[in-house]
Amino acid sequence: MAEVSAANPGPEIRTVGVDGMLVSFGSRLSESANRAALAFRAALAGESWDGVEEVSTSLVSAYVRFDLRHLDHAALRVRLGALLAQSDWYAAELPGQRRLWRIPAVFGTELAPQLPQAAEAAGMTEAEAVASLSAARVRVQTIGFAPGQPYLGELPEAWDIPRQTQLTTRIPEGALAVAIRQLVLFSVATPTGWMHAGQTAVRLFRPDAEEPFLLRPGDEVQFTPVTPEELQGLRRDPLGGAKAEDLS
Amino acid sequence: MTGTLTVLRAGPGVTVQDLGRPGWLEYGVSRGGAADRLALAEGAALLGQGADLAAVEMAGMGGEFQADSDLRIALTGAPMRASIDGAAVAWNASHLLPAGARLVIGAAQSGSYGYLHVGGGIQTPEHLGARSAHLAAGIGAPLAEGDVLETGPDSGRTTGLGLAPDDRFEGGTVRVVASLQTSLFPQAELARFERTAFRRSARGNRMGVPVESDGEGFRPDGARTVVSEVITPGDIQVTGDGTPYVLLAESQTTGGYPRIGTVLPCDLPLLAQAAAGAELHFRFIPLEEAVELERAEAERREGLRGQCYPLIRDPRTMTNLLSYQLISGAIAGEEDVL
Repeated sequence: MAEVSAANPGPEIRTVGVDGMLVSFGSRLSESANRAALAFRAALAGESWDGVEEVSTSLVSAYVRFDLRHLDHAALRVRLGALLAQSDWYAAELPGQRRLWRIPAVFGTELAPQLPQAAEAAGMTEAEAVASLSAARVRVQTIGFAPGQPYLGELPEAWDIPRQTQLTTRIPEGALAVAIRQLVLFSVATPTGWMHAGQTAVRLFRPDAEEPFLLRPGDEVQFTPVTPEELQGLRRDPLGGAKAEDLS
Repeated sequence: MTGTLTVLRAGPGVTVQDLGRPGWLEYGVSRGGAADRLALAEGAALLGQGADLAAVEMAGMGGEFQADSDLRIALTGAPMRASIDGAAVAWNASHLLPAGARLVIGAAQSGSYGYLHVGGGIQTPEHLGARSAHLAAGIGAPLAEGDVLETGPDSGRTTGLGLAPDDRFEGGTVRVVASLQTSLFPQAELARFERTAFRRSARGNRMGVPVESDGEGFRPDGARTVVSEVITPGDIQVTGDGTPYVLLAESQTTGGYPRIGTVLPCDLPLLAQAAAGAELHFRFIPLEEAVELERAEAERREGLRGQCYPLIRDPRTMTNLLSYQLISGAIAGEEDVL
């Protein structure tokens, strides 16, 4: 049976719009809810039910969109319930075909000007902050908002720092930003409340490439500190020096 | 036969659009595709071809086009003034665009998005399985002067058909279902939301449409933060200042603002087409009713081809109807003859 706690009151099935259903494993982000969502999504994809058009995950949920002419809410709810009962999804293995990426990043300098502010919020010196962020092996908890853009976690508790209420007007592509025990690696330049602590040269989405997306949900990532000069050299590489090894 | 359509001039919001690219939510790419999917079905019916073929979407303003060989075209969506070599042609209709002739399409007279369909469809290269430009994701680009678009093989020959469009260009009421965060809003706020007369904001685009009202903003119960969740087109998110914002085809894939409900897919064309300032109302209906409406609309769209009528034989536009010999060719007398 599923482990039930305050953070995980057990899975909940809700409707999304007219043609979607959502299975949520928590009402707020937790490591176990995210693992459950990833594992359940992989199982859902493996089922290939008739009428299911698309499955995906958000931070704590698995989403199913279906064709109303081939499936209805009641039948889908029964199937989802049966699949939920098959396993303890909070304790399930992460899906296969995961990779560990090592991505070079410059921490601080004018390329990532909010490192001092982020370090202070986390109660660390800048050197401690760089050591902590580059030692952390974080998982792609979900990809969303913009193409190929990962939410990475979970960072040590010291990084449970709020997002800024005053938005940064423009954070560049490849920026590594921190808040609420997560890192976001930005795939497009955008305004944000996350704190810009690192800068990479990766391009997360290349529409014309054979593999358009660098990262998959469930992949793990570690950021390797490099100098601004080294990063400049890596900009010629579309992967920005990122290297993958197979985790399966 | 395949051919090309050359863009001689284009308004700022002219892009190639099809039904979009489902299946990439997992990677942060929303489905995208035509802002008014019904217009794609109407164009397909007029040309007797599949609704999955790509067309040219024109936001607010058209352009000038020329084909290198005879090309069947259809014009749907927001009505725009159109002419071929200076002679006005009907909207919501199919026409022959002769080789070398200039098709000029002006500004929208009502609504927001007009569509130019071609026999065989526009065949620009596919990205992630679709031809739709998705500017927010960096896929494709707006069309500009000098672009040459390939058109696909066209097995059809009929032109001169018309189709009475669904009236969806002046605002109106859209139907909404409760969604996963509707219960975060107090019942009184939901009731006020239904009573409020909104106006489509001028800031609307393919990503979404803010709707403004004179009253106070809408607030969820308490100062709750919600974990970021999946977005489906039609979701009405309520931003920090209480303004509802209806998310459309090209929205982000996840969002952390609470959503008060979801507009039915079959009512999204009305919402997307409402011009800036048009009055909009929202009405909640039960999910079961919404499912039936969606199924009926899917069926209706598949039958649109049977609703097309020959333009030159439309009695409403024929001043010399009685001079036609309407009898010859009539058969057994059981079939409908115009």
